[in-house]
Order: sequence, then C-alpha cells, then structure tokens
Amino acid sequence: MGTVTVEDISLHFNSRGSSPVIALNSLSMIIPDKQFAVIVGPSGCGKSSLLDIIAGLKEPTAGRCKLDGEVINGPAKERGMVFQSYSLFPWLTVLKNVEFGLSLQGKPARETTERARYYVNAVGLASFENAYPNQLSGGMKQRVAIARSLANDPEVILMDEPFGALDSQTRVVMQQLLLGIWEKEHKTILFVTHDIDEALYLGEKVYVMSARPGRIIDTISVDFTHPRRYELSTEPAFIELKRRIQHSLHAEVHKAIASAA
Amino acid sequence: MAGGHSMLAKLATPRREISRSLGMGVSAAMTAAIFLLWCLITYGGLVDTTFCPPPHQVAAAFWKTLLDGSLLRNAWASLVVINLGFFLSSIIAIPLGIMMGSYRVVQAALEPVVNFTRYLPVTSMIPLLILWIGIGIEEKIAVIFIGTFFQQLVMFADVSAQVPNELFNAAYTLGANRKQIVLRVLLPATLPGIIDTLRVTMGWAWTYLVVAELVASSSGLGYMSMQAMRGLHADVIFVAILVIGFLGLVTDQIFKQLKHALLPWARAR
Repeated sequence: MGTVTVEDISLHFNSRGSSPVIALNSLSMIIPDKQFAVIVGPSGCGKSSLLDIIAGLKEPTAGRCKLDGEVINGPAKERGMVFQSYSLFPWLTVLKNVEFGLSLQGKPARETTERARYYVNAVGLASFENAYPNQLSGGMKQRVAIARSLANDPEVILMDEPFGALDSQTRVVMQQLLLGIWEKEHKTILFVTHDIDEALYLGEKVYVMSARPGRIIDTISVDFTHPRRYELSTEPAFIELKRRIQHSLHAEVHKAIASAA
Repeated sequence: MAGGHSMLAKLATPRREISRSLGMGVSAAMTAAIFLLWCLITYGGLVDTTFCPPPHQVAAAFWKTLLDGSLLRNAWASLVVINLGFFLSSIIAIPLGIMMGSYRVVQAALEPVVNFTRYLPVTSMIPLLILWIGIGIEEKIAVIFIGTFFQQLVMFADVSAQVPNELFNAAYTLGANRKQIVLRVLLPATLPGIIDTLRVTMGWAWTYLVVAELVASSSGLGYMSMQAMRGLHADVIFVAILVIGFLGLVTDQIFKQLKHALLPWARAR
C-alpha cells in the first residue's frame, strides 16, 4: 500500500531581520495508492519543501503527513526519493549504487545483487553496471537514481524535478522510461515539476500549486489511457488541459514576481 | 577565430591540452635550463664557489657523505621524526576534523581554540618546547605535531563539511540509520579530500622539521646543513637541500599513487 495523506501542512522559514516567510500554508491533499500524482507550480512555491516534508527530511511548522494512516516522522525506506542532482554515491559503481538500500538492510548478497541487476536492466544500463557515476551522462545518472529507489521497493517514490537538469531530448526519453516502469510496477509516485507538458504527459492527477505561500489551486484528472505515447502532447484534449493550467499558473507567476520585488 | 589554429595561439589558450611529448619536452628543457644556469654562474666565475659550489663539487660532497654514512644517517633521522610527527597528527586530526565539520557541537567546542592556535607560528613555540622537552627527537616531533595538527584539523573539517547534503538525504530515504550514514556515506565521501589534505600538509611538515633541526638538534638533514655552515661547506648544504627536495618529491608521488590506487572513482573524468 502507498496512500499519502497531507493534513494541514504549514511551513514557515525564519529569515533574518524580516518577518518569517510562509512557504506552505495549511496545505492538504490525499494521494491514493498506486497513483501517479504530479505537482506543478512556479519556482519557489514550496513544492520541493512539501516533498521533503513527506520524505521526512524536513519538519513542518504545523500539520502532519501520513503514509497508510501512519504519521510520518523522519525518513524511511518506505518513501524513496529521486533528487534533481548529486545524489549518486560517487565511490560506488552503478550496480553498487542500486544495491545500496538493500545492503543497508543486511539482505543476503546474492538476492541483493540479483534484484539490483534486474533494475539496472530495467533502466537500460546493463552494460554500465561497473561504471562509476563520473563516467555517466546526466540522463544515465538519473536512470541509476530511479533504479536505486525502485530496487529498494518503497511504497511511494517522491521525485523532485528529477529531469529538470536534462536537455529536452533526454528528458522525453526519461519520461517515457518512467511511464513504462510505472505502468509495470504500479507504485505510488509523487512527482514535482514546473514543466506543464511533463506534468500532463506523466500524471494521472495533476495538482496545480500557487505561488508562495503554496496552496493547491487546481486539481486535474488526466484521463488519457496508458500506455501513453509522446504524440499525446499535440492532441486537442492535451492542449486544452495545458491551457487551463497555464491560465492558473500565469497569474501565480506574476504574483510571485510582484512579491519578490 | 583569427589565428586560432597557429601553434602560438594554441599554447596561449587557457586549459588547452598539449601533446604528451611536448609536455615532457618542456619539463626537461626547463630542468636543463636551470642546471645550465647553475653551471654558467659557477664555472663562469660569476659567483664565489665557496658560497655557491659548482655541480661537480656538490656531486663529490654527495658521494663523500654517502660513503661516510652521514647522509643516510641524517636522512633517516629526519624521516623518522617527520613520519612520527605527521602520523601522530594525522591519526588524531582525521577523526576529529571529520567530526568538527559534521557535528555542530564539536565545531562549537573546537573552533575558537583551533582558530586561535592555528595562527600562532609554531616556530614561536620552539623555545618553550625546548625548555619543556629538551632537544631530543620528542621536541622535533612536538614541533611537527603542533605545526601540522591545527592546520589539518581545519582542512579535514572543511572536507567533511563539503560533502553534499543530497548524499545524506539519498541515504536516509533509502533507509540508512545514523551509524550507516557515518560509515557508509560520510567516511567514503571524505576520502579523496583527506588524501589531498595529507599531501599538502606533508609539504608543510617538512618545513617545520627543518626549522626544528636548525634551531637545536643533534641529527637530521637540517642539523647536517647547520654543521656544514659552521665549516663553510656550502656543497654539503646543497646536498642536504637536494635530498630534502627529493624526499618531498617521493612522498608527493606516494600520496598521488595512493589516491589513484585506492580511489579509482575519484580520477578526473
């Protein structure tokens, strides 16, 4: 199971010399088991902070999060995370990186290696299993990060703009890879991005977040059937949804710029 | 780009790679030029050879001190002292420095003391150290220890503070506990920085060693130079300096190879 409940989460930062910054303001949402949920919002809206809170890496100022009814306090392997960058262990090979989580639990080496190898294959890096991260391209590194989190068999995978640093061609390939994996594994995924196309192409449910303080201002069910093809993004229904999100975000971006000035 | 392909333009381009043979050729030519300059000013009679001996005289002094055993004895004495002092300093500074860079409470406890002591030249403490421990090997080890330790501490702390947060967060979300974070993320992540720091601070340790040996000592390469000065044997001073340089070069290569062998992943891409 992997149902994530976010209950009235607020997050305040104390910034020196000025009034505290309110990053999140009593935000609530429920992400049902096996859903591919995407949060899309302008930069600095607090979407990454929300992900950190669900991961247990950050404590909210108020409110709480639950996984399958159990209150989250601190990080745990049930909530895996894929970061935007720098998260592979540079001293471990691709295979050892993917084994990392399993080896922490003291599972037998053969089982660990077998499972890790399966996911290295699944992300198409079989011939690179003995390479070190500094020998890989950005897209390959993120594949390893995805394989590493899948191999650990979490209930939920939290993804913080994982393709944000990739060029647009590589990004499309990675999106297709991720969708393919999700269609097969059916895990709960909470994916954060500022890219509307990415949100609509990947998500079953897209949550649109406001500028700071972050709130959910729109929730969209994206009903395109799976498997999804990338040409989807040129279909009228897709463009219609894109226009709707653009419209709500446009106002938010202006608000963000105005409040920063 | 005008003239972008001429030889000169290539050489004048920052970070532009040159061929291996050209690189080695330039290195050899530079070394030869320095040697030739030395020959020129000594054999050419431009300087008084009592104070700046020509190459053959230094070679003779090298041969003589090698045969009578004094060179090896003094080099060995210096090596023992520097390695003991450096080892003692490193073995304490590595764990303490890593803790200082990663645990705020250790940082709070050590930082004021360390930053004060770090700026005291160890040379200013030599008279006190001689009063306290005499002029034996212990005093020289103490000089190296004090001179190296506080610098190392700050540098190791920096190495451990530089480990990206993402690595810890990735490990936490993969289920790592605190002990696993330290043993399986923090320590391996600091290794390349630790070896680099050892390499740099070893060079400084040689300076403190020679200073300690010059001030008061009964053995070592610094002592050998001092004795030679009293007898106006500039050639022996040259030998001592060249041997120190050579030993430094060897040590540096050892650290470089060590990093290469132990940390294949840290090789430049």
